[in-house]
Amino acid sequence: MIGHHPRSLKLARMDDDHALDYVVDAVGKSKLECARIASKRQHQVKNAKRERKNILNLLVRLRPIAFIAVLLIAWQAAVSRHPVHTLPSPWGVVGGIADLLRHGLLFKYVVASLFRVTWGFGLATIIGIPLGLIIGWNRRSEMAINPLVQVFRPISPLAWIPLAILWFGVGDSAAIFLIFLGCFFPLLLTAINAVKNIPSVYVNAGRNFGLRPPDLVYRVLYPAVVPQLLIGLRITLGIAWLVVVAAEMIAVDSGLGFLIVDARNAGNRYDLVVAGMVMIGLIGLLLDTAMRSLETVKSFRWAYSED
Amino acid sequence: MSSGEVIISPPHMVGTKLQVENLNVIFTRDGKSTAVLQDINLEVSEGEFVCLVGPSGCGKSTLLNTLGGFLSPTSGTVSIDGEVVRGPDPRRIFVFQERGVFPWLTVEGNIGFGLFKLAHSERQVRIAHYVKMVGLGGFEDAYPSELSGGMKQRLEVARALAVNPDMLYLDEPFGALDSITRHTMRGELLRIWETERKTIVFVTHDIDEAVQLADRVVVMSARPAVIQQIVKIDIPHPRDISSPRYLELRDGILQQIGLAHKI
Amino acid sequence: MNPLAEPNKWERLLWPMLASALLLVLWHYAVLWSGTKVLPSPLQVERGMLELLYKNVLWQDIGSSLRRVAIGFGAATALGIPLGLILGWYPAANQIVNPVMQILRPISPIAWIPVAIILFGVGDNAAVFLIFLGAFFPIVVACVNGVSNVPLFYRRAGRNFGLMPAQLLTRVVFPAALPQIIIGLRMALGIAWLVVVAAEMVAVDSGLGYLVIDARNSGKRYDLVVAAMITIGVVGLALDSGFRRLEAIKSIRWGFGK
Repeated sequence: MIGHHPRSLKLARMDDDHALDYVVDAVGKSKLECARIASKRQHQVKNAKRERKNILNLLVRLRPIAFIAVLLIAWQAAVSRHPVHTLPSPWGVVGGIADLLRHGLLFKYVVASLFRVTWGFGLATIIGIPLGLIIGWNRRSEMAINPLVQVFRPISPLAWIPLAILWFGVGDSAAIFLIFLGCFFPLLLTAINAVKNIPSVYVNAGRNFGLRPPDLVYRVLYPAVVPQLLIGLRITLGIAWLVVVAAEMIAVDSGLGFLIVDARNAGNRYDLVVAGMVMIGLIGLLLDTAMRSLETVKSFRWAYSED
Repeated sequence: MSSGEVIISPPHMVGTKLQVENLNVIFTRDGKSTAVLQDINLEVSEGEFVCLVGPSGCGKSTLLNTLGGFLSPTSGTVSIDGEVVRGPDPRRIFVFQERGVFPWLTVEGNIGFGLFKLAHSERQVRIAHYVKMVGLGGFEDAYPSELSGGMKQRLEVARALAVNPDMLYLDEPFGALDSITRHTMRGELLRIWETERKTIVFVTHDIDEAVQLADRVVVMSARPAVIQQIVKIDIPHPRDISSPRYLELRDGILQQIGLAHKI
Repeated sequence: MNPLAEPNKWERLLWPMLASALLLVLWHYAVLWSGTKVLPSPLQVERGMLELLYKNVLWQDIGSSLRRVAIGFGAATALGIPLGLILGWYPAANQIVNPVMQILRPISPIAWIPVAIILFGVGDNAAVFLIFLGAFFPIVVACVNGVSNVPLFYRRAGRNFGLMPAQLLTRVVFPAALPQIIIGLRMALGIAWLVVVAAEMVAVDSGLGYLVIDARNSGKRYDLVVAAMITIGVVGLALDSGFRRLEAIKSIRWGFGK
């Protein structure tokens, strides 16, 4: 409206009020309407800016996906250039997943793996955490137990397989036992450390206010250890997921780990092997994300604040 | 009572070192903008000791960071020796609270940190000089975790001085120290300042500290911060903190900020 | 005994030894009284251990396992630390690469065995590849976290003294991130030790993992199985303790609080 016009030079030298009057005269509309038009232009400019910003934000968010796409394309190219009859292409893997879905195997295997994880992880939590809290509370019991746990912890659950099969036979129980072992020691240590790390000021304050031991446990110890326990639980869940896959490759006849071994042994179906791996990765990620969202529950968040 | 007055350069100083003109700093986050500093105008002469005081969170640290080149002004300019400030520079060194000391280096390592352009022998001489100046002799091989708060603060000052800057910016450097150590450190700082006359801009929320140390005290308001008042402290060093003139100046500032005189 | 009193130094040895002794005694009598065949007694295990030592099998197997860990862990460190530093330094790069890593990370190295065998054949290289995989992701993550947790005023101080970005990275960011990186390395080493045993159970024919499987398969020697397991635990613990010594170095110890 006001562009490179001889009158605009005159305009530039006026102050705001005079300029508005001048424009009103020149355009012949009411002051109010001019103001409305001006503010509408302002809004349009703002919106255009915001839209540009939103598009930019979207592009930034899509970058990781673009990266994955690049990797997939490179993989596809590598396989078609040097066709190794064993290594599948990304498209082959998708076909594998579709195959599994069609035969209803995917769902069945995922459920089997999750079932074992739930049992093994659950048992380890129920036994390991209270035990750890009790042991950690007393300096001497912690001194006694800690070295023993430190010797057991580096023993891979898989090294227990011969014993597990001896005691439980091949099957679900053996797998659950292995997962239990893999989770028990880390959870025990997490609980012991969480108790050790309770600032003594909290305990002293609790005693100061006359809390008897049961109350002390419920109102001081438990809230104080929960944040650290949550982190430990999340990490241990990740371990459980690693162990279940390994256990299934060796000791049972269903589940995602079994899928990988079976697909290879019974016909070199490497597309199914990689499909299984992808599913393992995705579900493991889902489990981890779910645990992280627990950590955001407000009453647990006191330990995670910035300062 | 002095209030909102014209800036008078102290007699023994010459030349403007730092010039701040129409400085505005606005933070924008998620579309919301907060004006932190508004229309700041300030001139600091060479060799002068200026304190910035104001309530917590008012923007004094933001101003200092802008002067140091870590933040860009939204509008207005900061110039030093006539040159516009575009980024951090070893000619003006920041002293944070003692946590700015590098914990993985010894006392010697820290002091020598900025001296990487010097030859080894020259570096050692400089380090020894500043170790002695801040009184950390005997602790050359100690790590910061083995030092007290006051010692760490002195270490940080030594590290800053070792590179021979023109200006020092101190951001509540004594904030984490107990009040007795703070008292001693103020004397130390003045002693060092009188040996090596740097231009100093010192941020504090402690009004007594400002009146004890500075040639001029710049009183800032709460956010969005403007300069409420610049008070010239015309008492020569060493200052008697019971003298009527000291109390007069301090009370004036207390009143300006609106603090109760009786507790 | 006063439960609130500070334990003495000698108690650090006393209590674990009492607990171990108690465990051994319980174990021994449990086997004795139940007359079970599925669990060897401590004495049998001890004899088995001596047998292995005498036949020199144990040392060789320990050596093989350690060798594989050294190579795999070394490679993971050599590649993982630079990558982690870069990703931590450039948040944009991290944002791009992170999702891929988050998907790959939960895949147990054991699940990679078929792929490893395709790429490397059965044998040492496959095992080393698996160890590399197991150690790589924790190391990268630890580096990224270490770098992004470097407090702002360290970096500002570095820039203040006129450091160029490359110098800033090596003289300020890396030393500041080092404590966290070392913790990540120690965890990755623990993982590497778990993976090597698992890998040896499946893909090679030497090492402690193989010993566990072989002892059972060729003769149901469960005393040797348990002896091998205990060795695995002890060596793993030794590796971990050795690493903790690193954390005690003065220019790193500052990062671990009181």
